[in-house]
Amino acid sequence: MRKHLLGLEGMSRDEINQILDTADIMRTHIDNNEFDNEYAKGSSVVNLFFENSTRTRTSFENASKFVGANVVNISVATSSVTKGESMYDTAMTLQCIKNDIIVMRHSIAGAANYLSKVVDAHIINAGDGQHEHPTQGLLDMLTMRREFGRLDGLTVAIIGDIKYSRVARSNIIGLTTMGATVKLFGIKTLMPQGIEQMGATVCDSIEDAIEGADVVMGLRIQLERMQSGQFPSVREYHREYGITADRLKLAKPNAIVMHPAPVNRGVEIAGDVVDGEKSRIFEQVTNGVAVRMAIIKLMSEAK
Amino acid sequence: MFIIKNVSVGGKIANIHLIGNKVSKISYDLRENMGVTPTFDGRGGVIMPAFIDMHVHLREPGYEYKEDIKSGLQSAVAGGYSAVCPMPNTNPVCDNQYIVNYIMNKAKECKLARVYPIGCISKGMRGLELAEMASMQKEGVVAVSDDGMPVGSSGLMRKAMEYADGLGLLVISHSEDKELAKGYVNEGANATRAGIEGINRVAEESMIAREILLADALKTRVHLAHVSTANGVDLIRWAKAKGIKVTCETGPNYIVGTDDLILDYNPCAKVNPPLREESDRQAIIAGLVDGTIDCIATDHAPHSMSEKSREFATAPFGISGLESAFSLCYTELVKSGLMTLDRLSELMTGNVAKILNIPCGEIAPNGLADFVIVDTAAEYVIDSSNWFSKGKNTPFNGREVTGNVIATIVDGRVVYKK
Repeated sequence: MRKHLLGLEGMSRDEINQILDTADIMRTHIDNNEFDNEYAKGSSVVNLFFENSTRTRTSFENASKFVGANVVNISVATSSVTKGESMYDTAMTLQCIKNDIIVMRHSIAGAANYLSKVVDAHIINAGDGQHEHPTQGLLDMLTMRREFGRLDGLTVAIIGDIKYSRVARSNIIGLTTMGATVKLFGIKTLMPQGIEQMGATVCDSIEDAIEGADVVMGLRIQLERMQSGQFPSVREYHREYGITADRLKLAKPNAIVMHPAPVNRGVEIAGDVVDGEKSRIFEQVTNGVAVRMAIIKLMSEAK
Repeated sequence: MFIIKNVSVGGKIANIHLIGNKVSKISYDLRENMGVTPTFDGRGGVIMPAFIDMHVHLREPGYEYKEDIKSGLQSAVAGGYSAVCPMPNTNPVCDNQYIVNYIMNKAKECKLARVYPIGCISKGMRGLELAEMASMQKEGVVAVSDDGMPVGSSGLMRKAMEYADGLGLLVISHSEDKELAKGYVNEGANATRAGIEGINRVAEESMIAREILLADALKTRVHLAHVSTANGVDLIRWAKAKGIKVTCETGPNYIVGTDDLILDYNPCAKVNPPLREESDRQAIIAGLVDGTIDCIATDHAPHSMSEKSREFATAPFGISGLESAFSLCYTELVKSGLMTLDRLSELMTGNVAKILNIPCGEIAPNGLADFVIVDTAAEYVIDSSNWFSKGKNTPFNGREVTGNVIATIVDGRVVYKK
């Protein structure tokens, strides 16, 4: 395990497999209700969240406890995010009161990268702007691997707001590294320029993307995108571009549906699909705890 | 009388005899008057008219922690410049004769490079009503620009171009449609990979097109600042072929840098317009070679390191550039064989003087003694910690370059020697 987990970019297959293999063991602990492990005993983890998040923060918090680490949570008011000094000063303070792993979420791309250059603690990027969300990418890959027994050769369709999504970037990078094929579809106002240079295939329609896929991953469409004029209405969006049971018939018969949540039912994905038998959306949440346990364990061992 | 000795003029070693601020003689008899006159030895150097930078930010008044007039002018002469044009986005902005007068007086006290200020187009740089251009011109302004806060209103821009033309004042357009420019780096594959909001190139190109068409319709001049895109160069090429009175500049940032430099989130690579792609860089160089682009200006934009050492999105835009400009341009354009040193001199001096209608150095009897002496063989690694400028913000630190400034002479006085 490298010192920091800033993103999946630059990570090798072996590095990713090491985390996923460890996460499989952690998942077994969870399934057996074994929550008093001591893999990271003596480590102090701080969750430093400059952006609101309940699920990711709670997931890191439980993951830390389940491997025996101490954990504290700090939420920083959004108003101080604009001052770079405050992030630096806050992180230095946290390091000096002896936290050795800093889990950070920040609204600015590159924030975790910046922090890793100025403090000595291990940094886990829990999401930086539109850049990467590596633990999400890893938990998604763990979910797929547990389903299909492999990642190599899988076809994954990622559908929705690609432009503003750090989840999309981490998945594209991770999955292509592991030998999967990634197909993308988003309405053009939500597709970033040059994304195909990251190794994904851009599809002209949602049907093209879903056709033959093993995994159909929806991404959240934030309603503020509609308010800022990137699409005209929820009604039109769902009808033309939503993941519905009908459209899922184009995927492989044993295909699964994933989504990083929170889900907008009836916008990017139909409610019956979220609750349907193909859905692994809640399985992903549990795998998130397993992946984060694995990373904290591996980082503690690498100290 | 003063002699600059042992310098290369047109490939031959000569002594330049000065009387006051003028050249009295170019002597190839290297012993003439030796021993009776003070001299400066420029051995190993090529002498040229000193550079003129029509686009710098000296930050005074208001932002002296980033740069002040004195540190900016020390930086200018260290970069081989005898004259600079500071942009008016100071605090308060330079939109009236009194601020112009303050800058002129401060600059004179420094006795370093000449300063030709640029005034605002609009009062308060707010883009609503014209600033008092004639009054500012009387105090020394040579051009007007709302640099950094481009005139969004096409109606006001039309009036500015007409009013300024009546005064013979140049209007400089920082071409940027703010509606399309809501980002931090060039929109493209690298912005996507880094997850940083991109600025579409059309933000620049659409306003270049507007200014060109206004200049055509009104039969007035316009100068386009820091051209950075391939389509921008094509638009200007088209305009010039049609006889439209447009001139333009680009800068070392766009001649040398691409948006590959933003991939590690170095805030010192954050600049506006943003560093573009390799195809744009090649188009910029082609424009310099074929004359579509008239001149090189640095857009010297010093910032303090505490402002630049932070997360990418919150760091200010701008690259400090006066002290690396010649080396970067010489390495990229002349050493590479794309153009001669004489052509680079036109781009950094002669053409700038023509655009602004100001004097420049001339190596000829009775010529103005504003000179730079450069060592075209010097090789070094850029390290901004050695700069006179307070702004150490450059993405080009660590770059190996060829060509360096040995000395700068302004008004017949050696104001900088390495």
